[in-house]
Amino acid sequence: MSLDRDDVRKIAFLARIKIEDAELKPLADELNSIIGWVEQLGEVNTEGVQPMTSVAEMLAPQRPDQVTDGNVTQKVLANAPDRVKNFYTVPKVLD
Amino acid sequence: MAYLIESDSGTWEVVIGLEVHAQVSSRAKLFSGSPTDFGAKPNTQVSLVDAAMPGMLPVINEICVEQAVRTGLGLNAQINLHSVFERKNYFYADLPQGYQISQYQYPIVGEGTVVLDMPDGTTREIGIERLHMEQDAGKSMHDQDPKRSFIDLNRAGVCLMEIVSKPDLRSPEEAGIYVRKLRSIMRYLGSCDGNMEQGSLRADVNVSVRLQGETDFRTRAEIKNVNSVRFIMQAIEVEATRQVDVWESGDEVVQETRLFDPNRSETRSMRAKEFAHDYRYFPDPDLLPLDLDQTYVDDIAAKLPELPDAKKDRFIVDYGLSAYDAGVLVADKETALFFEEAAEGRNAKLAVNWLTTNLFGALNAAGKEITESPISATHLGGLLDLLADGTISSRIAKDVFEEMFQTSRDPAAIIEEKGLKQITDTGAIEAAVDAAIISNPEQADQVRDGNDKAIGWFVGQVMKATQGKANPQAVNELLQTRLKG
Repeated sequence: MSLDRDDVRKIAFLARIKIEDAELKPLADELNSIIGWVEQLGEVNTEGVQPMTSVAEMLAPQRPDQVTDGNVTQKVLANAPDRVKNFYTVPKVLD
Repeated sequence: MAYLIESDSGTWEVVIGLEVHAQVSSRAKLFSGSPTDFGAKPNTQVSLVDAAMPGMLPVINEICVEQAVRTGLGLNAQINLHSVFERKNYFYADLPQGYQISQYQYPIVGEGTVVLDMPDGTTREIGIERLHMEQDAGKSMHDQDPKRSFIDLNRAGVCLMEIVSKPDLRSPEEAGIYVRKLRSIMRYLGSCDGNMEQGSLRADVNVSVRLQGETDFRTRAEIKNVNSVRFIMQAIEVEATRQVDVWESGDEVVQETRLFDPNRSETRSMRAKEFAHDYRYFPDPDLLPLDLDQTYVDDIAAKLPELPDAKKDRFIVDYGLSAYDAGVLVADKETALFFEEAAEGRNAKLAVNWLTTNLFGALNAAGKEITESPISATHLGGLLDLLADGTISSRIAKDVFEEMFQTSRDPAAIIEEKGLKQITDTGAIEAAVDAAIISNPEQADQVRDGNDKAIGWFVGQVMKATQGKANPQAVNELLQTRLKG
């Protein structure tokens, strides 16, 4: 698998990262070398091996259904650049 | 009943699949300890996890898992002991993480079936494709300010179950019945309150049309976020008609997302967003896969309440009800409970009639739910007893019922106070019958000449004279002996 400039442009758009045209080629090269490195792993025969999701054999921890959080409006909104009362605001979303 | 659209090139049928988003009933959110209550002040039910502050980690709420499993069992579906949470990546102002934690390749629930009770008493099976768990997003308000949208994250992170049907539905009516049935099952299970006004149940509706006889599906459009049964049905109707027109005019339906506008009764294309559907799902590295064991699932299965289908069958067998009556009664858990209390040890058919005709009618007129009924099940049962043992006639029963609905009082007390007891004293009835015959010699002759309709007229006269308190059957018998004996 190999990425070209259009792929990089698309990925950047999806991630909302602004990229200048001049950066597309070097980024494609960089990403391709990473992919190439990962693809080496494909050479290992993993027939019958379950995907490993954690180094420690453990089950996902679960929480009881209790209200233990919330009511921290000021903390939650502390970094909001343009709050109105207790709302975040964003430039109008038109759909 | 088939729902078909006629056009120049033939007869079209509609193919519908629904994705229903049901809010799980839980105290806390799916991955955080903030509360889920509806209608709280903005951004008060938000933790740093829900606001996606850096370094915050999700920990799953065990009740949400249990509710999903319980719902899966209620849909006769396969429970997957291994499921995986993935990130669905997209940017929107009310999604602080920049991705929704959802399930994709490995959902917690697989294929199942829902049985629809059709109005004609028949049933129809609709396939369930899957059920998966996911986070709800926050709420955006666009009408508060000319230049800005306001964001409230109270709902962000609340657990939703997305229930995906197979494309088995063929009419707006079926789609409506399907959503109501899902809601009914989840209310029985206690896994979702099904409150559409509060957004606990919303649907994405996939619609396509094809000429009758075609075996492949044509391109579908998805109508997003429809939030009432009525709108779901209207949206399907409108969209199906639009698609037939598109095909008829030689164009092709494009696969896209559309919005239903109930005011204009039309669907319209959402601004075509390039790459809109490139969600780049991948397993959420913050969450281990969800592994359940069979004993856990079996324990939940063992504790399931009786569900609508089983209850319907039992009502048919135990109470001798028609499939239709049974279907009406079990649709709502509270109605079924009310019926059982009122019918226990009594004439079930009579109980159904009083419940579905009189009480439903009165409740509808008053805009009340069965849970708010001024007449309790015990009192309605009491009224049935007073009818059955001849204390009151069915005419008087209607008056007593009215009074009960107004005052919530015990029927026996009302009857006692107003002196409505049926006259059982034969002498009194005889006197009334005789008086009626004497004052109406012409009609009496008609009866003697064999006109049985006139007997009915006499019964009416006597009932009137006794303010409905005489037993119509006793009156009838007396008239027979007096006039024809």
